[in-house]
Amino acid sequence: MAEAKTLDIRNLSIGVGEHSVVDGVDFSIGQREIVALVGESGSGKSLTALSIMGLLSGSVRQTDGTATLEGEQLDLGNDTAMQKLRGTSLSMIFQEPVASLNPLLSVGAQVAESLIVHGRATKADAWDRAVGMLRDVGIPAPEQRARQLPSELSGGMCQRVMIASALIAEPRLLIADEPTTALDVTIQAQILHLMRRLRDETDTSVLIITHDMGVVASVADRVCVMYGGRIVEQAEVHELFAAPRHPYTKLLLATIPRMDGARKTELFSISGMVPDVSAWPEGCRFRTRCPLATDHCASRPPLEPVGEGNDHVTACWHSDKVEGLA
Amino acid sequence: MIALTATWRRMFRPQAGGGVPVGVFVTILAMMVIVAILAPLIAPYDPNTQNLLGRLKPPGTEARGTYYLLGSDELGRDLLSRVIYGARVSLSVAVLSVILSGAVGITLGMLAGYRGGWVEVVVMRLVDIFLSIPAILLAIIMVAVLGPGFVNVVLVLALTRWPRYARVAYGQTLAVSNQPYVRLAKAMGAGPFRVLFLHILPNILAPLAVVATLEFGLMVLFEAGLSFLGLGVQPPTASWGAMLSVGRNYVSTAWWIATFPGLCLFLLVLSVNLIGDRLSAYLNPKSR
Repeated sequence: MAEAKTLDIRNLSIGVGEHSVVDGVDFSIGQREIVALVGESGSGKSLTALSIMGLLSGSVRQTDGTATLEGEQLDLGNDTAMQKLRGTSLSMIFQEPVASLNPLLSVGAQVAESLIVHGRATKADAWDRAVGMLRDVGIPAPEQRARQLPSELSGGMCQRVMIASALIAEPRLLIADEPTTALDVTIQAQILHLMRRLRDETDTSVLIITHDMGVVASVADRVCVMYGGRIVEQAEVHELFAAPRHPYTKLLLATIPRMDGARKTELFSISGMVPDVSAWPEGCRFRTRCPLATDHCASRPPLEPVGEGNDHVTACWHSDKVEGLA
Repeated sequence: MIALTATWRRMFRPQAGGGVPVGVFVTILAMMVIVAILAPLIAPYDPNTQNLLGRLKPPGTEARGTYYLLGSDELGRDLLSRVIYGARVSLSVAVLSVILSGAVGITLGMLAGYRGGWVEVVVMRLVDIFLSIPAILLAIIMVAVLGPGFVNVVLVLALTRWPRYARVAYGQTLAVSNQPYVRLAKAMGAGPFRVLFLHILPNILAPLAVVATLEFGLMVLFEAGLSFLGLGVQPPTASWGAMLSVGRNYVSTAWWIATFPGLCLFLLVLSVNLIGDRLSAYLNPKSR
C-alpha cells in the first residue's frame, strides 16, 4: 500500500448485552474516498459508525476489533482520548437535522462549537469562520442566519448548518449517518452535491450511511453492504450495481422501482423480515430469506474476492449463481 | 421593551373561567420585593425601638409622639415597621435557600441522569431518603443541631430541599441526553461539562423554574414555621413567623400583632404559588 488508509477497521464487533449486533466487520476508507455503508434497519450500520466516533453508550459495547485513523490506532473505548479526535480528525452528522441542533443556541455558535471546544480559535475568530462556513455550504445571508435559532431555519438549511459544523473542523473523516433521509428530493440532491464538492475541495474522506440506493449511486465511490451485523459484499460502486455477487445485494437492487420496466407489475420485495438479534441463524445470516440457501450455508461463508482483482469481495457460498436470481 | 409591554398586557388579560389575572399576583410579589429592599426608607420607625409606655396599642393610635398605623407589639415597637423589615427576612431566606438548594439539586440530578451507574444509585437513593422524611421535621432537627440563626436557616432549608430539584433535573436530563443535539455536541468534541451546562441545562430550565417558584412559597412558610418555633431568625430581628408566634399569646387582647404579619405571609405565599401554577401551565405545551 502506497499511503495509509484514512480509516481502517478490522474485525469490529459490537454487542448489546449478550447479543452480538455487529460481528467482525472489516473495511477501509482511502483518502478522498466516499464509501457508502448500506443495509436495512437493524443491520448494524449506525452502530458501526457510532463506534468509530467512540460514541457507543449504555449497554452497547464494542467487544472486539481495531480501528486505525491514518495509521494511528484508535482507542475506541477511551472517551477522553476519543473526545480529542471528535471535532478535529473525526466529524459526524446525523439524520433529523432540526432535532440535531440545540434549540436554544444560535446556529453560528453551533457551527463554531468544535473550534471553541478544542481551543482552536478565539470566540470572534471562530464566529467569523462559522459565518464563512455557512456561506460555503450555500446559506444565503450567512451573517444574519448565523444569529438565528434552528427553529427559524428550514430542515434543508439545518442540514447545511450541521454539515458546516462538521466541516469547519476540517476532519480527515466525515461520517454522515443518513444525511438526506429527512429531506425532500431536491434538497437531497443539493446536499449530496455539496458533500462531493467538499470532498474535492478539502480532501476529506467520507463514510456515508444510508439505505437509499439512489444516494449510493449518486455519491459513493465504493459500497459496503451490511446484513445482520456483517459485511456481505463490498465493491466499487459501478461494479456493485452492474454485477452484484451476493444474493442479498442482488435482491436489494431488485427492489428499486424502475422507470423502464413493465407497468402494473407488483413491486418486488425480499420475502421475510430481518430476524431479531436473538434469532440470527448460524452460518450465513441471510440464509433464512435466501432463495439460493443450501445446507452448506449453515457454516459461515468467508468474505472472499470474486471476479478479477481483489476489489470486489462477497461472503456467499453461491456467489457464482447470483446472476440468475430475480 | 415592546415585548415587555406585551408580556405585561398578557398578564392582565382576563382569565378563562374568570380567574384573577396573574399580573395581580406578580404586582403583589414585586411590591413586596421593593418594600423589602427599600425597608429603611419606607419604614416610619426603627423596628427595634421599644416604647414600654406604648405597648399593645391598637392600629391608628398615637402614644408618646409615635403614630402606630398598624398598632404596636408587646414591647411597644411599631408593628408596621416590623412587618416591613420582616419582609426582608422572609424574602432573603427564601431567595437564598432556593438558589442554594437549586444549585445543589440541579447539579446532582443532572450528574445522576447523565453519568448513570453508581452516581445515579447514590444520588437518587439519597433523594428517596430525604423525601421520605417530612421536610419540616428534618429542618427542625437540623436547626436544633446546628443552632438557630439566619445563615443556619438558609443552610438547613437548602440541605432539606435539594432533592426536589434533583429529582426533576434527573428525569429531564435522562430525556434530554438522548436528544440528537446532545449526540451532535458530543460528536463535535464537547466534553461532559460542556454538554451538561451548555447543551442540557438550558433545555431543562423551564420545568426547574416551575419547581423553584413553588419551592419559593414553601421556603417562606418554612422560615416562618422555624421562626414561629423559635428556631429561625433570633429576636429582636423582625420576622413574620416570630411575630406570629408572639402575637399568638395576645390574640384575644391584641389581635393586630399576629394578624398583619399573617396576612402578609398569606399574600406572599398565595402570589408565589399562583405564579408558579400559571408558569407551569404556560411552559407546558400541552396545556397551552
